Amino acid sequence: MRRILAILMENEPGSLSRIVGLFSQRAFNIESLTVAPTEDSSLSRMTIATKGDDKILEQIVKQVNKLIDVIKITDITDRSHLERELLLVKVAAMSDKSRTEVKRITDIFRGSIVDIGKQIYTVQLTGDAEKLNAFIETLKNETEIIEAVRSGTVGIARGEKALRI
Amino acid sequence: MTEQLFSGAEMVVKSLSALNVKYIFGYPGGSVLDIYDAIFQQDEIEHILVRHEQAATHMADGYARATGEVGVVLATSGPGATNCVTGIATAYMDSIPMVVLAGQVATSLIGNDAFQETDIVGCTRPIIKHSFNCRTLADIPDAIAKAFYIASTGRPGPVVVELPKDILIPQNTGTFSINTDVKMRSYNPNVKGHPKQIRKAVKTIKEAKRLVVYSGGGIVLSDASALLTELVETLKAPITNTLMGLGGISGTHDNFIGMLGMHGSLEANKSMANADVILALGARFDDRVTNNVEKFCPNATIIHVDIDPTSISKTINAHVPVVGLVDVVIQQILDELKASEFEPDEEALSQWWQQINLWRDMKSISYTQKPDEKIKPQRVVEAMYRITNGEAYIASDVGQHQMFAAQYYAFEKPRQWINSGGAGTMGFGLPAAMGAKLAFPDKHVICITGDGSIQMNIQELSTCMQYNLPVVIVALNNRSLGMVRQWQDMVYGGRHSSSYMESLPDFCKLAESYGHVGIQIDTLDELDSKLEQAFSIKNKLVFVDVLVDEKEHVYPMHIRTGAIDDMWLAKGVKA
Repeated sequence: MRRILAILMENEPGSLSRIVGLFSQRAFNIESLTVAPTEDSSLSRMTIATKGDDKILEQIVKQVNKLIDVIKITDITDRSHLERELLLVKVAAMSDKSRTEVKRITDIFRGSIVDIGKQIYTVQLTGDAEKLNAFIETLKNETEIIEAVRSGTVGIARGEKALRI
Repeated sequence: MTEQLFSGAEMVVKSLSALNVKYIFGYPGGSVLDIYDAIFQQDEIEHILVRHEQAATHMADGYARATGEVGVVLATSGPGATNCVTGIATAYMDSIPMVVLAGQVATSLIGNDAFQETDIVGCTRPIIKHSFNCRTLADIPDAIAKAFYIASTGRPGPVVVELPKDILIPQNTGTFSINTDVKMRSYNPNVKGHPKQIRKAVKTIKEAKRLVVYSGGGIVLSDASALLTELVETLKAPITNTLMGLGGISGTHDNFIGMLGMHGSLEANKSMANADVILALGARFDDRVTNNVEKFCPNATIIHVDIDPTSISKTINAHVPVVGLVDVVIQQILDELKASEFEPDEEALSQWWQQINLWRDMKSISYTQKPDEKIKPQRVVEAMYRITNGEAYIASDVGQHQMFAAQYYAFEKPRQWINSGGAGTMGFGLPAAMGAKLAFPDKHVICITGDGSIQMNIQELSTCMQYNLPVVIVALNNRSLGMVRQWQDMVYGGRHSSSYMESLPDFCKLAESYGHVGIQIDTLDELDSKLEQAFSIKNKLVFVDVLVDEKEHVYPMHIRTGAIDDMWLAKGVKA
């Protein structure tokens, strides 16, 4: 099953490659990976979406936790949590009809058009993976998708529970 | 008063000195010449010049295994550093504390495919506990102090510190300070077992009718031998050691039922298979122990104590996991047993020991030597044991001789048995023995090896002469890669594909060419006297080349993909 792991680690050179290397060495698959410094610039926060049964996940969590740079790791999948992903998609908008349709669909999905060319619209959308997939499928029915880029999932637990030092 | 300034190279040496390092094993090269210059200008730390960097890592490893201290290696960038990879992997597999200082090209050249540049941190990432890239000379003391701390605490392991040339040069200086009392927010290994899990473990032990204590390398690494012996005697339980755990309890202790695993004793493997509770201490259920995990001890409740949570339930599901240092956890178990006024169940114990003794009576570790036959390798190890009173440090290479040594030399104490268990590295034995001899110059230090293994780092005979390291090398020479040949006999229809050694050197003459002593033993009647002669020579390295029966196989042996107690006892004889 799909799992979302949140990892707090030292913001040091090599930290990211150690985690990614560990996944490939142990033949664990990474579906998506998002990482950036936190409000404390000495710390980085990583969200990894992966797949595996409980036994595999237990090993993943233990192995990542064993890395010296890792301060904390938690599986937020089964807990009430928020998941977001950013999508930027460039679509053909050559006719009035297609421009109208792209605008209408973007509004319905609560996205925004962030760049306009003569025949191109670039749309920004945030949401969970399912919402982004649905948006792309809907757009495909109305126009041609020129290019799409997704950030990968970021996740955070709801409520009081927090991943911090 | 002006503050004293030091180059990066001087900081490396000062840092090592502050960490009480006595020996560095290494080989000079362009990137690290400034460190060598700094070493030359002091006399607190001795540098041992090897003939190949792989040997430097094994020497540091042998030194670490014998003493419990961190072994230190110094290599130049590129090929110097990559030559260390096998030794680093060997230390990683067996959890040996080691710090490898690897030179690197100047920071301005990194990433340019410069002369003698390799990404050693990248190369070693899967086989190290951690690594540091120093980018300024101010990084050096902190990185080295942290490297030592990480290498030697928790589950020990190798740490690489990369040192670019431009931060080492004399033109670049700074003030030196080092904090050896390291604290890291992201690294705090668990020391004590969780009290609830300890209670659960003790409850399970108390309810056991057929308990087996199974201890591994963790016992040796955490110096828990005395506590382990106390625990076993309190429980009156049988104990088996893994290959890595030999010496964890005296090999002559009444409760010791021998090594378990692929070439372990029948009584050890049978006891495990029939146990109702297994208390695993610092052992990781390696596949050389478990055989087929699907068939592994189906009726046993498993208590697994290990410092490394990833080792627990990795291959075999633990019913009672306890994360903590083995010595601390054993003490906790002993305290809990005492608090609960533990009394052994004498009736159950008596029945259990009766059964174990029946398996013992089958004498699975035995061989036949007729007077007119070629020398049996087992006979050589028995003679070594007798002559050295079981007190020698024995570094082994990898192969049949390794298993014969494990089976026939009853190790009295931990750290006496120095062998590459996890990686199975041929070429380990001689340099590892040299590391142990440096640590304990007054003790008998033996390298038991084969004609295949010894040739993988035989160039170190030269280092032995330069630093006067009079180890005794006992080569069980069967003109073959013995273990490969055995598998070819048993699994590949006797087709000896590339397992026969053509053009062997005259090992005695080779040793003599370096100034050592060479003794060849060809017949059984001269075995004891010539071995005694070899061990009586204290001030010179002796190379004992024993021509043994090349057809001898190591038994017992697991039947492949069977249960832990599915074993061949001899050719065609199943247990």
